[in-house]
Amino acid sequence: MIRIIKFVILDIIKNRIVLAYTLLLAIFAWSAFSLEDTSAKGVLSLLNIILLTVPLVSVLFTTIYIYNSAEFVELLTSQPIKRTKIWISLFAGLACSMSMAFLLGAGIPLFVYAETTLSIIMVSIGILVSLVFVSLAFFSASITRDKAKGIGVSIMLWLYFALLFDALVLFLLFQLSDYPIEKMMVGITASSPIDLARILILLHLDVSAMMGYTGAIFKKFFGTTTGMSIAFLLLTLWIAIPYLISLRIFRKKDL
Amino acid sequence: MIETINLNKRFGKLQALNNISVHCQSQHSIALIGPNGCGKTTLIKSILGMVVPDSGNIIFKGKNIKKDYTYRNHIGYMPQIGRYPDNMTIGQVLDMIINIRSFQGALDEDLIHEFGLHQMKDKRMRTLSGGTRQKVSACLSFLFNPDVLILDEPTAGLDPIASEQLKEKIILEKQKGKLILITSHLLSELDDMITQLIFMQEGCLIFHKNIDELRAETGEDRISKAIAYILKNQKA
Repeated sequence: MIRIIKFVILDIIKNRIVLAYTLLLAIFAWSAFSLEDTSAKGVLSLLNIILLTVPLVSVLFTTIYIYNSAEFVELLTSQPIKRTKIWISLFAGLACSMSMAFLLGAGIPLFVYAETTLSIIMVSIGILVSLVFVSLAFFSASITRDKAKGIGVSIMLWLYFALLFDALVLFLLFQLSDYPIEKMMVGITASSPIDLARILILLHLDVSAMMGYTGAIFKKFFGTTTGMSIAFLLLTLWIAIPYLISLRIFRKKDL
Repeated sequence: MIETINLNKRFGKLQALNNISVHCQSQHSIALIGPNGCGKTTLIKSILGMVVPDSGNIIFKGKNIKKDYTYRNHIGYMPQIGRYPDNMTIGQVLDMIINIRSFQGALDEDLIHEFGLHQMKDKRMRTLSGGTRQKVSACLSFLFNPDVLILDEPTAGLDPIASEQLKEKIILEKQKGKLILITSHLLSELDDMITQLIFMQEGCLIFHKNIDELRAETGEDRISKAIAYILKNQKA
């Protein structure tokens, strides 16, 4: 299995796009810190860039990579290798590459400029968000054989989580402002990995002005520590569930 | 050695395999024939675990393949259309498979030398012609000296020389007592390669017979004529 993971990672490195992505993240991070006068502000502007670009690159690159490895996967299935192992290796290879890209690109400037705890939280969130979207990409690539459809589903997922979700939350807020909807809002927040990531950072930074509605409710509901643990747990579920669904589909798939 | 029991597979409306039960014993070289789309490749892919049948069981050397994937160590498979990662070279593909299988014994590189593939080791799979791809597939299937060879249209797309070299190799392996499963539409070239015949039509098994038996029944010496004889009598 480790051999297959190694092979996938080498292949991704040869592909160079992930290297370019690392470089891009590094440019974003260094410029965010050098433009803002305090490191906290730098972290916040970096956060906004990260929450937009990391999901996009992770989900699209992974989906396309899975479709392009169709031949590779087919070749391996006729060899004495368990199907589950092939799928896990593919995931591990992609997850490692995307996480390493984030760690090297955004992690280094973070550790240089920001305080250590904050950097650790920021890096782990970046990695978690990458993994969530790698996992979502596995999901969309496994539900259809059609490459255009699969990539389309991935783009839709990204659009929904990165842009549409906030609009929906705002819409609900205005429409239902006369009712006590706090509890419902907490539930809704849990249904977006990007929002969860944002809340995690803002809970730690304790900048209530920027926390937004859902963040404020989260804090009121759970307090800082519990709130953060719950958000972490929910993000892990966001990684596990789409991937496990795709694994189930792949095990029964005809090649 | 390989036994399928009541295998069923449906692709949408098409019943690709309809209650197929065959028993392939070692020491035999079996041809799997039938019109296009009759389920030959589906049967082969089910045996390899690449297609998951809707119902039925496949027993390999006494073990159900659902529970144990290691049986594929004993199979060399040559697909009808070999699909390989585009940006890998021939050498890399061969090395990768050798590496992944962590094979201990001696590699059978006869075909690699005969086809002259070692001189093209650095060519990328994307740039290869259909025939050269087939050569790579053939080399891979024989490389690990497997007990069972499953060859899906092995000579389709190969030039006459390569095709002859491959046939010789198949006959050589047959003499070693391996189980060989071949699908082919070129009945004429099967004559000296096979000992048994499986005929399929629209997902159903029509018959599974020894060649000698078939020859005696139809009074024809050549397989193509024997099949034609059977088909004619079937209609009548």
